Amino acid sequence: MGRFHRHDDGTEHDHAHGADAHAHPQGSHPQDHQHGDHSGYATGGERIVVLERIFAENDRAAAANRAAFDAAGVRCVNLMSAPGAGKTALLAHTLAHLRDQGVRAGVVEGDIETSLDADRLAGLGAQVALLNTGSGFGGECHLDAPMVARALTALDLAALDVLLIENVGNLVCPAEFDVGAHARVMIAAVTEGEEKPLKYPVMFRACDVVLVNKIDLLPHLDVDLELFRANLAAVNPSATVFEVSARTGEGLAAWHDWLARL
Amino acid sequence: MHELSLCGAIADVVERARAGRPVTTVHLRIGRLRQVVPDTLTYCWGLVTAGGPLGGSRLDIDEVPVVLACRPCGASTEVADVLVLACGVCDSADVEVTEGEDFLVTSIDLGVAPGLSEGGAPGESASKATSEREN
Repeated sequence: MGRFHRHDDGTEHDHAHGADAHAHPQGSHPQDHQHGDHSGYATGGERIVVLERIFAENDRAAAANRAAFDAAGVRCVNLMSAPGAGKTALLAHTLAHLRDQGVRAGVVEGDIETSLDADRLAGLGAQVALLNTGSGFGGECHLDAPMVARALTALDLAALDVLLIENVGNLVCPAEFDVGAHARVMIAAVTEGEEKPLKYPVMFRACDVVLVNKIDLLPHLDVDLELFRANLAAVNPSATVFEVSARTGEGLAAWHDWLARL
Repeated sequence: MHELSLCGAIADVVERARAGRPVTTVHLRIGRLRQVVPDTLTYCWGLVTAGGPLGGSRLDIDEVPVVLACRPCGASTEVADVLVLACGVCDSADVEVTEGEDFLVTSIDLGVAPGLSEGGAPGESASKATSEREN
């Protein structure tokens, strides 16, 4: 079996994995040249160079999803939040607004904790694809691009303008997996406190928009919104922030405008 | 559960790379911004691979520190606290992350894991996955 080498100078070669075949012509390699882990030889093993990002396959599927959206003229948003941040209420508000504007909306519903049922969604005029995320290891903790690709088979993309993907309520795993959306939007409720961006920097760094929800509760809380904004800016200075209440509708006009321009 | 889903993705990469051959060690390069707990990843690797062809294989994790390039002052500094992404020289937050976001399978070692028959031994593998950290 051949042994593959990639050198720092960019050259690559294969050669037989035998003691005799292992000699190189004098001067053919840099002085610091090493054949991987020599301990591997002691047990008869060999090292295969892989150098592949673990998200590479997911990212290929995400690119295919994005291409499908672009071909159909659909703009897609990946909606992420912690459980209980108001993702579902915001989704219902947004769908009602889009329906009133004559925008054809679709939803990929992946939140295993959701209370939103098919009837309620149907009443909002959206195409809905439900993802069964409960069949994994105790329920999936995120949506990945292949899962979304399967959900898309239940939707008529040609009849849509906007697709909202409701990710699983979780601030960790969804940040790692691109699903092919054009924008990542995160909902953070004021009740979650000022330090959330510092505790979950991977998620807050990954999003384009942060919807600060439940601002109708601010009079009842000690939370410092300026400190939240400063903490968010520390991990993601370029995020667009909208302060909203999905319950009262306050601030949602700016979010709707953003969505219309996406 | 973060680490559990990551182990699934690692296993997919290794499955393709090994092309049916047995694997003893999977070498990873993980940036600290990924917020991966190495011991948890190792534990989850045992769970995910148990009873399968990768059962008994080991993770070797190379953790990469976070390095920032500062736009205003040009300094390149290593970050001790990943929660504060600011230049170590001038404290500016106008920085570009140049290292610390990697998540690669760099290589795999082929061979039959010690004590296992070729292809892995169901039921024995989870307890054999151990962590080796090189810093």
